[in-house]
Amino acid sequence: MIIQQISVFLENRAGQLAEITSILAGAGINMRALHIAETADYGVLRMIVDKPQRTAALLLEHGFILSMTPVLAVVVPDEPGALGKILTLLARENIDVEYVYSVFGRVQGQACMIFRVADLDRLAALLKDNGMPPALHGELGIQDEQK
Amino acid sequence: MERYYQKEIECASRDQIRAWQDERLVRQVHNVWDNVPYYRKKMEEKGLTPADVKGVDDLHKLPFVSKDDLREAYPYGLVARPLRDCVRIQSTSGTTGKRVVAFYTQHDIDLWEDCCARAIVAAGGTNEDVCQVSYGYGLFTGGPGLNGGSHKVGCLTIPASSGNTERQIMFIRDLSATILCCTPSYAAYLGETMKEMGLTPDQIPLKAGIFGAEAWSEEMRQDIQRTLGIKAYDIYGLTELSGPGVAFECSAQTGMHINEDHFIAEIIDPNTGEVLPEGSKGELVFTSITKEAFPLLRYRTRDICVLRHEDCPCGRTHVKMSKPMGRSDDMLIVKGVNVFPSQIETVLLGQSFAPNYQIIVDRVNNTDTMEVLVEMTPEMFSDQLSQVAEKEKQVVAALKAMLGIYAKVRLVAPKSIQRSEGKAVRVIDKRKI
Repeated sequence: MIIQQISVFLENRAGQLAEITSILAGAGINMRALHIAETADYGVLRMIVDKPQRTAALLLEHGFILSMTPVLAVVVPDEPGALGKILTLLARENIDVEYVYSVFGRVQGQACMIFRVADLDRLAALLKDNGMPPALHGELGIQDEQK
Repeated sequence: MERYYQKEIECASRDQIRAWQDERLVRQVHNVWDNVPYYRKKMEEKGLTPADVKGVDDLHKLPFVSKDDLREAYPYGLVARPLRDCVRIQSTSGTTGKRVVAFYTQHDIDLWEDCCARAIVAAGGTNEDVCQVSYGYGLFTGGPGLNGGSHKVGCLTIPASSGNTERQIMFIRDLSATILCCTPSYAAYLGETMKEMGLTPDQIPLKAGIFGAEAWSEEMRQDIQRTLGIKAYDIYGLTELSGPGVAFECSAQTGMHINEDHFIAEIIDPNTGEVLPEGSKGELVFTSITKEAFPLLRYRTRDICVLRHEDCPCGRTHVKMSKPMGRSDDMLIVKGVNVFPSQIETVLLGQSFAPNYQIIVDRVNNTDTMEVLVEMTPEMFSDQLSQVAEKEKQVVAALKAMLGIYAKVRLVAPKSIQRSEGKAVRVIDKRKI
């Protein structure tokens, strides 16, 4: 249920992102979600891909610095106030959200958001208890690379 | 057990060393007076004749020689032997202005190679060793000097020269090189590359390295020793005086013994020219007392360091010089403050960054700015920008504490700072352009 997000160090200069996307395109890797956090000089590219192990290996080979960060994909009904309900729940439980961003496509016919918090197991249990189990790998199109 | 190449010289009594210096200095002063009009004129301007110099105590009377003199006298103005007696020239890397050309007789080359042999033996070298010389060969003194020294010790010598990192590593592994001679920045790069290839220090046959031709910090030494699994020794020299081997490190690794049977060292105040007492920090000045073709009297090196006579555990009696803080040519003056690249290196390595950095100095609205480019490392990276920013802040604070001025730190992608196979390009000073 916990999903591995790939976080890549980006130097703030033209062509860095294009280099990464062309490496992924060349290997037929599809992105499911993407988010960039940046300062004036550098940034971190966070992404969910269909083949995380392969992606990490390829980017390391090309000299990028990266880490695998565990996150949860939360299905959010596509209607006003749905995300607010989840965030209120988290606030009540005193769970601090480090960052959140959305997945490109629909999951279970609904919207879907990537959540990063310190204690993912606690978040997963809380969501399940409230009838919102986190999305599974398959539902996000992430392949099992062990096979 | 400590080994020596020329024990009777390297461990001679202080009285003996002094006697050699007195006698050789007097002879050298006569030599330049008789054979180098440029020197005779400089001495006459000070009202001196060779009779005024009876030994080392009179050294301070002689005029200094600087790089400007060398440029003015280029190419033959300081040569003390007929060219038919000279067999070689070498030239400076030209990092600061016009090249300087130095001349050698066969005798000069012999003594130079002896000095390099002393350094190799002090680093543990014997005729059982395979010595890979990865300094550039050619006009640069690094390659030819260590090559000659390695022959004298009897090492199997690999004249790899600089460049072609893949081939360097292939030779180190296939021919089981045990001693590596190159610039410290190139040693660091070789270490980085071998680490990436998945080689651990115990899979690298090297046991010692002799690294010089640029300033490097104690932290960088530790870093190289760790990655390559070797003992890293410093070596010092200048083309003007012969080349590498003017001074070298022994097993104590606490400073370099100056070969005082060939060179008399002084420390002066760089502003007044006054000779400073032992233990003072100042500019290093050398007099070459055995060179035939290209003798230099009181040559100002522009290197800032400290000299110390001490009982060295290695048994050598020659005076030790501290690691130079860097040539004063390398010294930057930013906002009126003296900054040496080696200080920045010390800070970065202390903060667990790799020794890959570049300093960019500029002037914006009549104010100097300094920016330090540092390569991101996997250890320093975090998915969370706030943590990366925190690391960056720590480096900025440590630089401020070391230098006394603010330097902006810019984290850049790994491998984006160009690697050097010879002397590293550490500083880009845009103010001069």
